[in-house]
Amino acid sequence: MEQNNRKAWLYLLPALVLLGGFLVYPLIDVLIYSFEEGFNFASQTYFGVGLYNYQYVLRDPYFLQALKNTFLLVLITVPVSTGLALLISLGLSSIRPLRQLYQTIYFLPYVTNTLAVGLVFMVLFQKTEYTDGLINLMLSWFGGGPVDFIDGPYWAKLFVLCFYTVWVVLPFKILVLTSALASVNQDYYKAARVDGTSRLRTFTRITLPMISPMIVYLVITGFIGAFKAYSDAVALFGTDLNAAGMNTIVGYVYDMLYGASGGYPSYASAAAILLFLIVLTITCVNLLVSRRQVQG
Amino acid sequence: MEIRVAHLTKHFYDRSRRQTTTAVSDLTLTVPDGTLMGLLGPSGCGKSTTLNMICGLEKPSEGRIFFGSEDVTDLPPEVRGVGMVFQNYALYPHLTVRQNILFPLENLKGAHRPSREEMGRRAQEAAALVEIETLMDRRPRELSGGQQQRVAIARALVKRPRVLLLDEPLSNLDARLRLQTREEICRIQRETGITTLFVTHDQEEAMSISHRIAVMKEGLLMQEGAPQQVYDDPANLFVAKFLGTPPINVLSGEVRKETLLLDGQAVLAVPGAAEGPVWAGIRPEGFLPRPDGPLRCALSRVEVMGRDVSMVCTHPACENGSLRAIVPSRREAEASGGAFALRPDKVFLFDREDETRRPFRTEQA
Repeated sequence: MEQNNRKAWLYLLPALVLLGGFLVYPLIDVLIYSFEEGFNFASQTYFGVGLYNYQYVLRDPYFLQALKNTFLLVLITVPVSTGLALLISLGLSSIRPLRQLYQTIYFLPYVTNTLAVGLVFMVLFQKTEYTDGLINLMLSWFGGGPVDFIDGPYWAKLFVLCFYTVWVVLPFKILVLTSALASVNQDYYKAARVDGTSRLRTFTRITLPMISPMIVYLVITGFIGAFKAYSDAVALFGTDLNAAGMNTIVGYVYDMLYGASGGYPSYASAAAILLFLIVLTITCVNLLVSRRQVQG
Repeated sequence: MEIRVAHLTKHFYDRSRRQTTTAVSDLTLTVPDGTLMGLLGPSGCGKSTTLNMICGLEKPSEGRIFFGSEDVTDLPPEVRGVGMVFQNYALYPHLTVRQNILFPLENLKGAHRPSREEMGRRAQEAAALVEIETLMDRRPRELSGGQQQRVAIARALVKRPRVLLLDEPLSNLDARLRLQTREEICRIQRETGITTLFVTHDQEEAMSISHRIAVMKEGLLMQEGAPQQVYDDPANLFVAKFLGTPPINVLSGEVRKETLLLDGQAVLAVPGAAEGPVWAGIRPEGFLPRPDGPLRCALSRVEVMGRDVSMVCTHPACENGSLRAIVPSRREAEASGGAFALRPDKVFLFDREDETRRPFRTEQA
């Protein structure tokens, strides 16, 4: 037994060393930086130890703006994208002809580069000197005034960001949900039909519970993914996100490290730790709630 | 409620709608009111398709289905009044046993919908019938296969259907449970008096509990009748081969001057039989070991099975090399040395070409 244990640890060693070196150590390092005031990479010096970094970050209007943006993004896109994906997968699994074609079409955004998609969205939404953009053109058909989605009011920019995020995350969710729906044994539906179960009741009492583990998985990964949003905002609004008022927490961390106003690893670390705590809390809450709901 | 199907036919089309498979072909069959009928056949013979059509899950291509005098062919399953037990039971895994049994009742609408208390009472009643009252708050995965089967039956019966349909009810159970469960099905049917049709590929299962059996092959009804009658009087070689364990022995023979010849030797007088080559089917219990018997086989081994003895012999006319005879004792078996007389009522002659039965007169010995 003892022999076996030693062997097992030996086998695990390479993975443990790599994980420790590249994951655990940096994490601890970040935690330490976040308590060291005015840490300087070049000289490896700092002024003191304390909660000053956190105080600064939490009072920084840019961080608060990023926090608000991120939360709104999470709260809007996760339910919308999951619900939409569920609707589309239900549709996909109930049609027979051309199903393969539709599945391919819905999956295309997944294999498309984020920045390329961002460019397309700029074409769709951006107002320039020459054109109001495709969406504004369509809005004008219905009597809507031109709205500057990229440089205009906050709600318009947030709308574009949410729209974009939903569009990008949708394919993966559709993929997961269609396969989850396909894996439900058809006999359950036959039994439900023999018992005269209405379509709504079949969906809420049979389909939904059967695929609930997958929905929980999508919601949790969706939350985590949305909290870590950054490249999407860059693709739409350029690199100076603070100026655009569309920064996210990850964007704030990046800006603190490397941005035009950057060079503050301590603040960046504190913000990163705050993000970590938020995601951890929400994931734990998610798991607790879902464990009560799903008899997986 | 009597179930009657008339000229029931089901074609399946492939994607291009060109190639069709006929799963059930011109099936006419009656399940008398209050009886338990076994629909029997090898896999792919259309028996499950027939069940699905009676249930309403599958639409027949042609033909009508009647429950009593009512034509239910065009009715959806929920208004036909059928209870269906699926092969894998299809119990909802996230619901408790009680919720599973209540599920069909909760689907009812309007005037048909019983009150909460009435629902609970009926669920309890159905559970009592299949003896699972103590398991009501468990989930299906916490139950054994046999208990799941009972829950499925309770769920099928709780709506008080006019007919009960079971698809391969015993195939997911181990041998011991199978024996127990088939008695259980028999008892439930007797107590409720509900007209029951079940599908199986296991002839022993069908013979043992059914009042009547219907044997199907490739979508066609081969024979229908009481189990013993079908066993004793098979209409064709397929039915004769399909029923009985150990299976019937098939030998190629010839009828000449009202005598059955096997490998050129006269073995049995078959008065009234037409001349020509035939398949001779001999039930294992149709062999009588006699040292001076007319059928001379080479005895390869004797298998003792406790209650009786099985003799495995070879004969040149035998279709698959060896034949099997069931005899009462080892002493008799060994004394005979592989020579037998035949019981005329256990010997059937079949046409070589279309494999239909060729009758001959038997005088009871």
